[in-house]
Amino acid sequence: MSTLIRLRKGLNIRLAGKAEKILLPEVAVTRFGVRFADFPGLVARLEVQEGSPVKAGSVLFHDKAFPEIKFVSPVSGVVREIVRGDKRILLEVVIDQEGTEKVDFGAADPLRLTREEVRSRLLSSGMWPVLRQRPYHIVARPDSVPKAIFISAFDTAPLAPDLDFVMANTHGNYLQTGINVLSRLTDGKIHVSHDAEGSRVAGLNNLQNAEFHRFTGPHPAGNVGVQIHHIDPVAKGEVVWTVDIQDVVALGRLFTTGFYDRERIIALAGSGVIHRKYHRIKPGASVSAILKANFQEGKQRVISGNVLTGKRITPDGSLGFYDNMLTVVPEGDTSEFFGWATPGLNKFSYWRTFLSKLLPGKEYDLNTNLHGGRRAFVVTGHYENVLPMDIYPVHLLKAIMAGDIELMENLGIYEVAEEDFALCEFIDPSKTEIQEIIRSGINMMIKEMN
Amino acid sequence: MNFLLKRMKKIEPLFEKGGRFEKLHSVYDGFATFLFVPDKVTTRGAHIRDHMDMKRTMTVVILALMPALLFGSYNIGLQHTRAFGIVDWTLIQMFWFGFLKLLPLIIVSYMVGLGIEFVAAQIRGHEINEGYLVTGMLIPLIMPIDVPLWMLAVSVAFAVIIGKEIFGGTGMNILNPALTARAFLFFSYPGWMTGDKVWIEGLMSGGGLDGFSGETPLALAKMDGFDQMPSAMEMFIGTIPGSAGETSTAAILIGAFILLLTGVGSWRIMLSMTLGALGMGLLLNATGGNEYTQMPAYYHLIMGGFAFGTVFMATDPVSAAQTNTGKYIYGALAGILVVIIRVFNPAYPEGTMLAILLMNVFAPLIDHYVVNANIRRRLKRVQRA
Repeated sequence: MSTLIRLRKGLNIRLAGKAEKILLPEVAVTRFGVRFADFPGLVARLEVQEGSPVKAGSVLFHDKAFPEIKFVSPVSGVVREIVRGDKRILLEVVIDQEGTEKVDFGAADPLRLTREEVRSRLLSSGMWPVLRQRPYHIVARPDSVPKAIFISAFDTAPLAPDLDFVMANTHGNYLQTGINVLSRLTDGKIHVSHDAEGSRVAGLNNLQNAEFHRFTGPHPAGNVGVQIHHIDPVAKGEVVWTVDIQDVVALGRLFTTGFYDRERIIALAGSGVIHRKYHRIKPGASVSAILKANFQEGKQRVISGNVLTGKRITPDGSLGFYDNMLTVVPEGDTSEFFGWATPGLNKFSYWRTFLSKLLPGKEYDLNTNLHGGRRAFVVTGHYENVLPMDIYPVHLLKAIMAGDIELMENLGIYEVAEEDFALCEFIDPSKTEIQEIIRSGINMMIKEMN
Repeated sequence: MNFLLKRMKKIEPLFEKGGRFEKLHSVYDGFATFLFVPDKVTTRGAHIRDHMDMKRTMTVVILALMPALLFGSYNIGLQHTRAFGIVDWTLIQMFWFGFLKLLPLIIVSYMVGLGIEFVAAQIRGHEINEGYLVTGMLIPLIMPIDVPLWMLAVSVAFAVIIGKEIFGGTGMNILNPALTARAFLFFSYPGWMTGDKVWIEGLMSGGGLDGFSGETPLALAKMDGFDQMPSAMEMFIGTIPGSAGETSTAAILIGAFILLLTGVGSWRIMLSMTLGALGMGLLLNATGGNEYTQMPAYYHLIMGGFAFGTVFMATDPVSAAQTNTGKYIYGALAGILVVIIRVFNPAYPEGTMLAILLMNVFAPLIDHYVVNANIRRRLKRVQRA
């Protein structure tokens, strides 16, 4: 049995609205979108126009700095719209699904291919962006060879899907093939992390070419960045890669069938929807079909991803490239009379100033209210309690605000992603936009290092 | 409350940019957000946020100050009756007398301090900081009860402007603002801050029993007046001369309990500062010397402003060390310094204020070394790899 790494720092936000473990079949979706904001740090160069016909696997756009990084259409159809924002920056390529044509990239056994062959298959098939790197938590640079690859097989975020349930409903052989693909890309190890009990899924337990770890502790124990920090941390000049476990399956599927198909299982959760179940869906698919006639009364916010790190989308928006859940929570645009002074029996909090601390196990309905106003940092010693890394969060944030590159480097910017700081942002009584600051620090580093 | 909310919303445009009362926007915003937690929703980052905000944080501290404030009011009355030979006052009378004496100090402190905060917020275009809600309550509790109100107003203005706003406001200051106010008075008007008359209401303006002396236990210790020293129990309960908030260790401990239970105050600082003072006291006991060094070490914890400073001043998160390791060092050094200043300094009987202010200055340095140790750990990993 693998060793157990115990984390004590962190916080489980006891949010109401978990998804029932029932898997619904894929529903027909006609609108797909590939959102460029899912890939921070890149600059898009379009390869299609409105009206262009595409197949599943046809290139939509590529990165400017590394043109070999391509982003492809998830389905066959026609490019209906190219959505642009300020300064004509690309926001989304919208595709109307038609037909079932697919680009055939050819099946092959990854273990018989060279590293270069595997790499070029991943790049040309548009599957490359599923590989992300630390430092910076961006799409992996094609010219790098990682010292190790990390996969988290459990998700501790609020209302997150049970990945064991997800994997139990996934083709087991693809997973092993996917691991084999990854094993060609690094000379180091492939680390797979489970929760304390390990996996109940045979396919996950008997993987070859991988090393297993177990973690116990509250969120963010399931964050791959936290796992890296405790297994084999990233120092200056080193690169590791991370892959979502469902994308390992997609890699296996690509090499087994020859087709680009990232179909995955997501959880629909949150107190804003009536029926909360698991769904089969392709990333990029419009979520309107699974949300239809499913909203609770009142104004709701649809989030692609979890409540801490997800992106807000419209009720007919598309599922994010990397997301494994869809969360719907009520909007909190109401004022509360002396809200800051109430005893707080119904208010979930990290802080012991609320009576809700006396009710362990209770689940809470949280809305999107900010619950306060923006202030300078005042309290100390608490941000550390929800970040299970040997990093001083406020000192790192202040280094970023001051634009001190060397200090950021010294304080651990290479190891972190905004998702690791999401809980610091959640508990912050000063309501600082901490994740945004972390990303701006990472962007500064990328600029500085190029 | 819908009615009130509608009224507030209706007059809101007047305070917006271009409105008739544009210059009072920070005032409006301060009151509106005090009455109602605003309807603002998250736009970036985490979609849900903790219910905790700065108002609640500060409210907890004010709540924790209440036992000391209530006991202080009573004690002002009690000391007055002792000094003037009044024998027939009831407990309620003593409390009411003291409370009415304390109230003008509180009002002036808040009016001047909050007034400056409102102006500063308006100039910066920020929301009002709640920091002064605590500072404004701390200041009257650490002042002599007879301090002239204009002096109080000047010291508050000095503390808020020079001690805090020029650094960027709450969260950016280096020194604890309440102690800055006290230090300002201490060095500007020492006649009103020291001696055997300032700590009891009415003595400064003459009067009191013939031969009555209102020294604090610390002053007695300094003058070798150990035979007149109140009992340890009296000092713990707080029926001794001193500033309103500081005398009752018992009441302060209730406050400490509230701060620790809610996690708003740092137990690391409180613990290490207490151990620092106790350790230094025991060291003096062991080395021997005069009567003061032989005084039981735990007396230092119940005399003067030690308890109040440890619980409410040293733990100010902005001016204290910010790293957990740093907090132990900061607290311990502050505790040691309190005793050193008290026992060895020829001029000042009390050392808490100066010890904490000095450690406020050194806190960033302590943090610097703690953070550097973290950096070295990270660099070592590279060398090993």
